[in-house]
Amino acid sequence: MTEKLHGYVEQLKTENGAWVANVVDAFGEVTVEVPRDSIEAACQFLKAQAGFNMLVDLCGADNGPEEDPRFVVNYHLFGTQHHDRLRLQVLLSEDDPHVSTVSHIWSTANWHERETWDMFGVVFDGHPDLRRILLPSDFDGHALRKDYPLRGYEPYSLN
Amino acid sequence: MGVLAETPVNELDLLDQPLESEMTLSMGPQHPSTHGVLRLDLRLDGELVISAVPDIGYLHTGMEKLFEYKKYQQGIVITDRMDYLNPLGNNLAYVMAAEKLLGLEIPERAQVIRVLFCELQRIASHLVWLGTHALDIGAMSVFFFAFRHREKILNLIEAASGGRMTPSYFRIGGLMMDLPAGFDRRCKQFLDDFPEALSTFDTLVTGNTLWQARTKGIGIISREDAIDWGLTGPCLRGSGVDLDLRRDNPYTGYETYDFNVCVETDGDVWARFLVRMREMAESWKISRQALERLKPGPIKADAPKVVLPDRDDMRKHMDSLIHHFLIVA
Repeated sequence: MTEKLHGYVEQLKTENGAWVANVVDAFGEVTVEVPRDSIEAACQFLKAQAGFNMLVDLCGADNGPEEDPRFVVNYHLFGTQHHDRLRLQVLLSEDDPHVSTVSHIWSTANWHERETWDMFGVVFDGHPDLRRILLPSDFDGHALRKDYPLRGYEPYSLN
Repeated sequence: MGVLAETPVNELDLLDQPLESEMTLSMGPQHPSTHGVLRLDLRLDGELVISAVPDIGYLHTGMEKLFEYKKYQQGIVITDRMDYLNPLGNNLAYVMAAEKLLGLEIPERAQVIRVLFCELQRIASHLVWLGTHALDIGAMSVFFFAFRHREKILNLIEAASGGRMTPSYFRIGGLMMDLPAGFDRRCKQFLDDFPEALSTFDTLVTGNTLWQARTKGIGIISREDAIDWGLTGPCLRGSGVDLDLRRDNPYTGYETYDFNVCVETDGDVWARFLVRMREMAESWKISRQALERLKPGPIKADAPKVVLPDRDDMRKHMDSLIHHFLIVA
């Protein structure tokens, strides 16, 4: 079922073995863990050579403050010709949550990266306009981090 | 003019540039209880929008955060509220993810009912689009026709689930409960009447020259931009991308239904209008096939550890009561 997806992973490996740190095959989905420094190149390659012309979603995840690496950035790729899906993952530590932007590869990443910054505090280096997008500009903290309480720290006021 | 295409990378810089014949206008936000609240910093030249800097998030409700504090069965009610025009579609996406993780086999009847309701919901959603779209363009009466038929679908959803806008009808492993007595007849009545309604909408708007003048050539999104921006659904198909997940990545048995994927190449408002209008007819086709396929049978997967037991069984069987307690409490 996932042979075709593993074919894309092989393509990645053939191009540059350092791009693939780990491969997870579960529930008919293939997830490729990519080292932080190679994500831009790997995305560029997959878009140009493997037909993944659409970035369906880019989102963050927080494993919790006790974990290291703490943050995950997921890239959900999709091809409008072959209809296959591939997930790339970058793991980031809490001390240095920086990763290069892919907004010049897929324009839609611009807002998704802003949302990931807004909610998780992951910094996308080279992003043209990394501002908060959903939460107010004077919001304190990053609301989807696991150590951020459900009701916030104090009654939020608009002044 | 492709308005969004010309939005520069750094949107804020543009607002600082001097104006000549242009003006800036802060549009919105509307009242928080209205749908889709957003604010747009518009730069206008006469009636032409030169650029738009959207400010979104006014209705952000922190659903991901809420999910962290809920059991997975409870998450379904949150998915209703993601989009009140398509609660069942959101129910489906969530329960399918949970079912994939749990490895559940969904019985045939539940699958068919899911398809039936998703397609009815799609028609209802498109009717809201048609009514409000016409309202925004200046055609008042279409709204009343569209909403009258949408109401009929909401009545069907209410009959099955008890809720009009927030049904939570699909549950992990199947459905909340079986269809009520007489549902087939009521649904068939609606489906028999709907083609006439569709032709009424066509008569009201499609051939209208004013309508065409206000939609053709407006808001053009090219095929490349549509893919680059990650558009989906009718907006993507209106830009000439032949893609429909129901056909290309089928789920819930969609591969066994006979329907067409509607594609238009112009990428303007008119193209997206045509795609949605035809999609209503296709959804009607799928709904009819699903209704014909409806056979008696179980509506929940046989997995008592994760699927909520029937209320009836809970009054009779001790193990059902225990399972209910374990799942819910």
